[in-house]
Amino acid sequence: MTSKSKWLSAPYLLWAVVFIIIPLGMIFYYGLTDKTGAFTLDNIIAITTAGHAKALRVSLLLSLISTLVCFLLAYPLAMLLAQMNTRRHNFIILVFILPMWMNFLLRTLAWQTLLEKNGVINHVLSFFHLPALKIINTPAAIVLGMVYNFLPFMILPLYNALSKIDKNVINAAYDLGAGYVYTFIRIILPLSVPGIISGITMVFIPALTTFVISSLLGGGKLLLIGDVIEQEFTRTSNWHLGSGLSMVLMIFIVINMILSAIFDKDGEGSML
Amino acid sequence: MKSAAKKIYIALIVLFLYAPIGTLMVLSFNESKTRAKWGGFTFKWYVSLFQNEEILRALFNTLLIALFSSLAATVIGTVACIAMMAMKHRTKSVIMGITNIPMLNADIVTGISLMLLYISLGIKFGFGTILLSHITFNIPYVILSVMPRMRQLNHSTYEAALDLGASPLNAFFKVMFPDLLPGILSGFLMAFTMSLDDFIITHFTKGVGVDTLSTKIYTEIKKGIKPEMYALSALIFMTVLLLLVLINLTPDKQEKDRNKKEKS
Amino acid sequence: MKRKHTYRINPIVVLFFLLTTLSLTGCTSSDKGSNGQVIVYNWGEYIDPDTIRMFEEESGIKVIYDEFETNESMYPKVESGAVAYDIACPSDYMISRMIQNGMLSEINYDKMPNARENIGAQYYEQSRGFDPENKYAIPYCWGTVGILYNKTMVDEPITSWAQLWDEKYADDILMQDSVRDSFMVAEKLNGFSMNTLDPTQLETAKDALIRQKPLVQAYVVDQVRDKMIGGEAAIGVIYSGEAIYTQRENPDLVYVIPEEGTNVWIDSWVILKNAPNKENAEKFIDFMCRADIAVKNFDYITYSTPNVAARELIEDEEIKNSAIAFPDLSQYDNLETYVYLGEEGDSFYNELWKEVKSY
Repeated sequence: MTSKSKWLSAPYLLWAVVFIIIPLGMIFYYGLTDKTGAFTLDNIIAITTAGHAKALRVSLLLSLISTLVCFLLAYPLAMLLAQMNTRRHNFIILVFILPMWMNFLLRTLAWQTLLEKNGVINHVLSFFHLPALKIINTPAAIVLGMVYNFLPFMILPLYNALSKIDKNVINAAYDLGAGYVYTFIRIILPLSVPGIISGITMVFIPALTTFVISSLLGGGKLLLIGDVIEQEFTRTSNWHLGSGLSMVLMIFIVINMILSAIFDKDGEGSML
Repeated sequence: MKSAAKKIYIALIVLFLYAPIGTLMVLSFNESKTRAKWGGFTFKWYVSLFQNEEILRALFNTLLIALFSSLAATVIGTVACIAMMAMKHRTKSVIMGITNIPMLNADIVTGISLMLLYISLGIKFGFGTILLSHITFNIPYVILSVMPRMRQLNHSTYEAALDLGASPLNAFFKVMFPDLLPGILSGFLMAFTMSLDDFIITHFTKGVGVDTLSTKIYTEIKKGIKPEMYALSALIFMTVLLLLVLINLTPDKQEKDRNKKEKS
Repeated sequence: MKRKHTYRINPIVVLFFLLTTLSLTGCTSSDKGSNGQVIVYNWGEYIDPDTIRMFEEESGIKVIYDEFETNESMYPKVESGAVAYDIACPSDYMISRMIQNGMLSEINYDKMPNARENIGAQYYEQSRGFDPENKYAIPYCWGTVGILYNKTMVDEPITSWAQLWDEKYADDILMQDSVRDSFMVAEKLNGFSMNTLDPTQLETAKDALIRQKPLVQAYVVDQVRDKMIGGEAAIGVIYSGEAIYTQRENPDLVYVIPEEGTNVWIDSWVILKNAPNKENAEKFIDFMCRADIAVKNFDYITYSTPNVAARELIEDEEIKNSAIAFPDLSQYDNLETYVYLGEEGDSFYNELWKEVKSY
């Protein structure tokens, strides 16, 4: 490609400066000042107070678990889907995107209706004389909510990465006497790394900052860092503290950049 | 036996994803206004839905914003991807890092910072500000889905086209565009989806009297979600599902057309 | 070259274009009334849309109506001036905050005879807690915070906040997921003011809430209603405006104002300082205070109206004399209304609440 085409990035760069960098600058300004406008690091150090540190720890733990569950559910699924007829590519994508067309709040409320003590699932279970499911208002329900909401973001990049693997390469491995496990570990897994990275990013990062799920499904009994930030902005109107805590979370963007630089040298993981 | 297990696995995951949607559809026929009680079967919410001008206007706004913002994001994002291919690895990672910011930031942070931006620029709040904001958070999804396709491209064909005298624009549309299209379309779809669902950013960047379905649903929560919203969700879902099935039933004809094209 | 699965999503794109162009034709409403406009910012679902239409017809003023879902999400939008609203309808403590920050304009009662005459004196009296001279706010809706319980799930009548600390109701208690409402419960339990800033009192209240946490099934905001109707919990803290509705859906539910006293909240109309259409705003508020209009709104939203003239017009005797919709406030001597605690007070409360939530 010609280097001339670099100027084509101008519209996006301009856009990014005006709508991403400048607003980000405002967040930094709020994060690094107090109410009088004087410079301070207090809003960032605030992450170390017991309540905030615990919220961050819990959020990290729950989003790691959710990411892992998503991965374990999605990888076999993506492999199965990748074996299907490629003509159905767009159909498959749409099947997993379509649930997101229902409003997020309505979907999460529907999970409440499903999971509650007198909810749909427990009615079905008691009909078959099975013990009741008691996960509403527990951390398990939060994980379920996260997995539900972000699973498509894991399935799609994995599916895309796996369906792009040339079948001839896999067949060649088998022909040369490689067993299934060996082929998987040496060929399929490495070739799907961009998809894995992309999937992990797109599940882990939004899960880390999510906030409605914990109050609707977790009974509001666990405080997540996303809840804290949201409350600082909407309830307490302490934009300075909210901004400072958001800045702390940006560390995870940097970690993500480093990780993808290590594992995905060619550029970016593929999402779809 | 093994293939049955595979099918069951896929079916279970699809069931997991669609269970709440089924619940919403059942609720849309619930006589009682509360989700907690079944009050008998009714069609009345569907009737009152079509008499509710506000919901219909919100639907219209939602679709319009989703459509325009995802189109704009698709164009800007795709062009950016093309440009980025010519860049050094490090520059590219920095740009990709910036691209990830709107995805990581809590929506409230993005929403309030954009609100502050529009105030400082003196832009009047309204349909336009929502659109600008949606384009902003849509672009990353487009870039993330076009970029991998870009990488798969065979760049020498493009250069060959140039060598053979095609104008850059012509060469792009004739050579690169067809291969990028699946990525562009998925990016568009993803952007459309994210725009449909957004609430918080819209709340802080909307002007007076401009509502989307999301902002309507969230303002209803204090007094209870109106069952008309369930009805509308069910309708949207059924429409798209029907469309999906139709598309899936007609591939043979398309396949034939394609074969014909390839032969000629 | 592989050229598989390429043009398949196109039909959907085409459909969207069709959909949007179709709906475009149906959506060209007039933008301005003959007598200008008024921009109103109110809670979601907090007015009968018919009354807005009636106002437009009678006055020739176009109403631009916008909704918010919490006081706290309303405030930054109004303060930032992103939109120049004429009228807002915040709650008590938010009004005192807006007064302190000079965001409101004084009411001219001469221009609003209905507001002066129809709103009961006791509600103006109650408003003095946040608007000492009744200069800024005209009460629109009011209510109390109390306990809703399911009489089939408890074996004694619930009368006191203290019963929310009773271990036999473990996992059957719903609390409000809001700083002020939760602390109000713990403060009233201990006989403190709900506006206290005394650190030792607040510490006591915090410890009480932490002690209660293991018994609480969930901290929820708007879900108390549905969860109580569905029989998910035995006892819940709820706003009186929801009581009539929840009882209608589930007759086993009973609403009580606890004996230790509680919060009386008032949502009021205010005119903003920078209102571009002040005169129209006065006309709008006065129209909403007209008895026939107020009763129409009461029927629609079922939150108690402070409009005594409207209450006389309520046809259903049972509701008209309902102790839930219209409790006799003079019967209680420990009712209070929230006031704004100042930025420091607010963040102090918030820190303590975070300690409870993350405990």
